Amino acid sequence: MNPFASLARLADEAPRRALVLLGVLVAVLLSAPVLLDRYLLSVFFLIFWFATVGQAWNIMMGFCGQLSLGHALYVGLGGYIGALLWVKFGISPAIAIVPAMLVAMAFGAVIGWLGFRFGIEGVYFALLTIAFAEVARIGFDNWSFVGGAAGFFIPVSATASPVNLRGGPMLFYYVGLAMMILAFFVCAALRRSKLGHAWLAVREDAEAARALGIDVFRAKMAAVVLSAAMTAVAGVVYAFYQNNLFPSQTFDIARSIEMILAPIIGGLGTLFGPILGAFILTPLGQTLIALVEKIAGRAIPGVNLVFYGAALMVIIWYAPNGVWPWLKKKLGIPEGRE
Amino acid sequence: MFWSLYANVLVQGVLTGLVYGLMALGLSVIFGVVRVVNFAHGEFAVVAMYAAFVLFRSFGIDPFLSMLPIALAFFVIGYGLQRTLINPFVSRPEHEQFILLVGLAIIMVNGTLMIFGPDARSANLSYSFDSWEIGAIIVDKVRVYAAIAALAVASLLFAFFRFTDTGVAIRACADNLVGAAVVGLDVKKLYALTFGLGLACVGAAGALMVTLTDATPMIAPAFTLLAFTIVIIGGMGSMTGAIVGGLLIGIAEAMASVLIAPSMKTMASFGLLVLVLALRPQGLLGRRA
Repeated sequence: MNPFASLARLADEAPRRALVLLGVLVAVLLSAPVLLDRYLLSVFFLIFWFATVGQAWNIMMGFCGQLSLGHALYVGLGGYIGALLWVKFGISPAIAIVPAMLVAMAFGAVIGWLGFRFGIEGVYFALLTIAFAEVARIGFDNWSFVGGAAGFFIPVSATASPVNLRGGPMLFYYVGLAMMILAFFVCAALRRSKLGHAWLAVREDAEAARALGIDVFRAKMAAVVLSAAMTAVAGVVYAFYQNNLFPSQTFDIARSIEMILAPIIGGLGTLFGPILGAFILTPLGQTLIALVEKIAGRAIPGVNLVFYGAALMVIIWYAPNGVWPWLKKKLGIPEGRE
Repeated sequence: MFWSLYANVLVQGVLTGLVYGLMALGLSVIFGVVRVVNFAHGEFAVVAMYAAFVLFRSFGIDPFLSMLPIALAFFVIGYGLQRTLINPFVSRPEHEQFILLVGLAIIMVNGTLMIFGPDARSANLSYSFDSWEIGAIIVDKVRVYAAIAALAVASLLFAFFRFTDTGVAIRACADNLVGAAVVGLDVKKLYALTFGLGLACVGAAGALMVTLTDATPMIAPAFTLLAFTIVIIGGMGSMTGAIVGGLLIGIAEAMASVLIAPSMKTMASFGLLVLVLALRPQGLLGRRA
């Protein structure tokens, strides 16, 4: 089925109430920057960003059931490629997202091939993804062309240039919002495509899927590769937002874990889960950082992460399916629909 | 002489590898019986390191002595954890168990960070730099003590599983859970005992580790990965495999860091991991599940 037809059907099937609510939400987000200061704009960028990468990760874990704990790898690859091409060769990040996606897809394919070809599953596969992110961290740490452990910096330019992702928090607000909405529609289309149904079948029961004639290996590979590509795009944007890249932070396992929190808390395998999760988690984390700084008089590193850890445990204990399925019921959206 | 360099590195790798092996043994025992991957394993090791550090700095208790009370405390913690937090998750999907333990791991590592700060702490034992010279080979005393202690704890665990009734009962649970329940074994209690024993291993290993390397909260995920890598190389659930894997990783790390570059340490173990996953996914001494 072509993606446009499936999107049209998506709009058809969604209940009116939900569509109106969604429209209002998008309108509010589009006009919100008028009321937001620089700090809040950047908080919103982080929300959009985590929603986007959460969406990408959700393709692998939520749709296809393959646990990746090394998604920082694709963020880092995308970031470094975008930054390098811009700083060293003057190539705009708008173009650089193509090689960034291609390289991330290649790495995803290698990891996927190693894992799925040899029947490495579950936690074993997760370890493999971590291992690759770690190897990348060490590699970049020792690669002087990209600045090594001392980091790689993107110079701040005086003139704003939106195409080259040079500008203030307002620019990144809208880039982030666009990215989140795009990621949502890509995932919605994928979920309703033939491939999407194959993924769900593989997630539920790989053996049964195989018996139905689904090429399990290819379905899993498609999930890894597409997820990697989406994450790499977000990685390019993040590098230009931060203006610096340090291997020890970029490829850190803590980053990989931070990326998977939103979809888990929002609802694994759902389309709104990653967005909802990011909207819940990021503001709470940021508020906590600000609050502790006010009370203690100085920043205490790790406070927000302790909170994230506790949130993770509470959610998985009481609502392993996340917040979205619960909210869906409250909104009166019938079962089996988004 | 050239061969003496290799010999030195080999000895150092073997000695460190035994401590790694003890740490991984804890992970392997827990997985082998309870079928839960303790993803907070390295975090427990780091907490044990800080416990040994504080006991040494504040009360002057040598880590080789404090490893006993620390292991005991970790046994109690493990028993309690399994009874309260982990047991409800035993029959839940793998990724849910994993998320629960990642949550715990994040809390532990950042809690340590909040209390002790990010700086590396060194125990500075008075005999830290003493060594023996055997021909051209120079061996650090602490490394030898740590290796002997690790071997002793591991042997105790092996003996427990081999010769005591409780040990045999735990092995029965691992081999055939339904059968074990049918003959009336208290599976919940045995699981809790196993988790306690696993954490006792990592507690002892952490205390020993503080004599070999500095303690910092940020090393925790690396330890988790290390233990995980060792267990997969040796074979998930195989006790001998954990020790063998520890030795292999210890030697590979030592060789890579001396002969190539110190930063290549982790690369060597991951190279080994990828090789094992590709050629023998069940691990060197593992059985196909």
